[in-house]
Amino acid sequence: MSSDRLKIVWIYPDLLSTYGDQGNTIILERRTALRGIPYETVQVRSDEPVPVDGHIYLLGGGEDRPQILAAQRLRNDGGLYRAAERGAVIFAVCAGYQLLGTQFGGEEGQPVQGLGLLDISSGRGEQRAVGEIVGDVAPELNVPRITGFENHQGVTRLGPNARPLARVVHGVGNGDGYEGAYAGRIIGTYMHGPALVRNPGLADLLLRWAIGRDLPPIDDSWAGRLREERLNAVLSS
Amino acid sequence: MSDLPLRSQLAVALGRTAARMSRLAGRGDGSVIGGRVGLALDPELLTRLARDRKLVLVSATNGKTTTTRLITSAMTPLGEVATNAFGANMPTGHVSALASAPDARYGVLECDEKYVPMVLGETGANVVALMNLSRDQMDRAAEIWLLAGKWRRALEGAPHSHVVANCDDPLVTWGASTAKSVTWVAAGQHWLEDSWCCPECGGPLDREGQDWRCRQCAFARPRPDWVLQGDVVTAPDGRAYSLAGLSLPGRANRSNAAIALAVVAQFGVPPEQALPLLAQVKSVAGRYTTVEHQGRQIRLLLSKNPAGWLEAFDVLQPAPGPVALSINAQGPDGRDTSWLWDVDYRILRGRPVWVTGERRIDLAVRLEAADVSFTVVDDIEQAVMAVPPGHLDVIANYTAFQNIRARYGRVV
Repeated sequence: MSSDRLKIVWIYPDLLSTYGDQGNTIILERRTALRGIPYETVQVRSDEPVPVDGHIYLLGGGEDRPQILAAQRLRNDGGLYRAAERGAVIFAVCAGYQLLGTQFGGEEGQPVQGLGLLDISSGRGEQRAVGEIVGDVAPELNVPRITGFENHQGVTRLGPNARPLARVVHGVGNGDGYEGAYAGRIIGTYMHGPALVRNPGLADLLLRWAIGRDLPPIDDSWAGRLREERLNAVLSS
Repeated sequence: MSDLPLRSQLAVALGRTAARMSRLAGRGDGSVIGGRVGLALDPELLTRLARDRKLVLVSATNGKTTTTRLITSAMTPLGEVATNAFGANMPTGHVSALASAPDARYGVLECDEKYVPMVLGETGANVVALMNLSRDQMDRAAEIWLLAGKWRRALEGAPHSHVVANCDDPLVTWGASTAKSVTWVAAGQHWLEDSWCCPECGGPLDREGQDWRCRQCAFARPRPDWVLQGDVVTAPDGRAYSLAGLSLPGRANRSNAAIALAVVAQFGVPPEQALPLLAQVKSVAGRYTTVEHQGRQIRLLLSKNPAGWLEAFDVLQPAPGPVALSINAQGPDGRDTSWLWDVDYRILRGRPVWVTGERRIDLAVRLEAADVSFTVVDDIEQAVMAVPPGHLDVIANYTAFQNIRARYGRVV
């Protein structure tokens, strides 16, 4: 981290915030504060420039039209590209995940140009995937099994420069048995909304990348109980 | 009614029998099954039942049931009014409501947001009341921008229907603005998170007080005909009416009442006649009911989505009044609890808070992150007995609310 204050940037809550996306910001703030690390959060509306000096950038979900608008405005703005070049961490869910790729499906399924920050390409699937999703995270990331809720109609293919975030244990994810993608410090996932709530390990991975060192453990009993309950609900049925 | 073709009369009769059997079997009020049977026998039954009646459709994300009740109450001077008072707000429920009041010349129908185009097409309703649109149960509901677009197309094709719409909600305004005639009501908007962008062009919306306009295109808040400010409604003729006498609490119900006044004015019921009738509505399908149990006065508040929670918080007893929260995630609630993270629970800091329901752990994690102290209990009874005798506010989402209502007595 280049400064003594962790800067969290929430990209376009006016377009990419449909269902609890704010939760990811809240969780990162809390886990930073409990470690005694100063932080600031910036919400960037889509008519404002994206700051380039953030450490963690968050992108949420959105309907088709807002997703297209967000992709256009982020491309025109250029700030997120420069942040990525500087090694910033980017965490994107659902519509935000898709728009990081080279292209995604628009309102009528037409291809729309994405940001190209992740080597993925998304289109529209036959069926909407709605329900709990569980996945075993790529071992090199050293993060426990992920649990979340997916609600999308996207099908995503990974190119050679992106790796799957997880192997699907339950649910749909990208549509090929894998879920999400990552490359360097950029992670995308179909777990929508507050994906970090049930996955403190994933939240801490983002923080470790941003802060550059291991972080002391914190009391995760409630999150732990929630994980256990959700995993049991899905995997025991 | 007697003008109905024989087949439709049979459909109505069999539907009623089915509804009655469903009631006898203890499976609700039977309006859904009754309507289903009727529609199966005569697919055009809704159209036939609507003929020769003056109908109001009421739709919104929040406040549909309450506003339907308020309008129905205020229309009683006109004669019998058919209504789906129990929230069965799809065509099956509409058929039941109209079939069970064959002589009613008026009807007030709560309508699910997605069904507005279909029901409008089939009934040719005289007045359509549209109040608010916000994120709600995304795992099964339609995306709201898309929904407003469908309202636009439906209203464009219904030039004889008059619309009463809340012009403080930009998405509702956009959804209503293709109608040939609209009464705009400045009924307020407190949940702003779904209207930062122009529904017409996607540009940023600039706000100044209640006024809003797009920075990029001509889309802007229409000039309101009725204006709600605090608890005073000003009618188009400039006369002001106080809503202080309403029995239902909170600004959301003042907003519902303002819409109701504008709707009944379309039928010639003046505000001075309507107001005392609005005040007679004290609880709606158990909502806002206070039940007495073991020396506790338990007030039941229903909140199904983030905008609804904002309005529930608005009517809480002042801090440090105790609050119990109950959350389920069954089909009617939406299986996804992500929306909890859109609710700002910090307002509950400094109160005793009890947490229950099937998804109480989701809520516990949420409250922990908001620095709200809480106690998790296995069921509502534990919360009720844990608070000292006195007032307890209970906020619950749909099936959690129904469970609590069943436990402490169904008061309609």
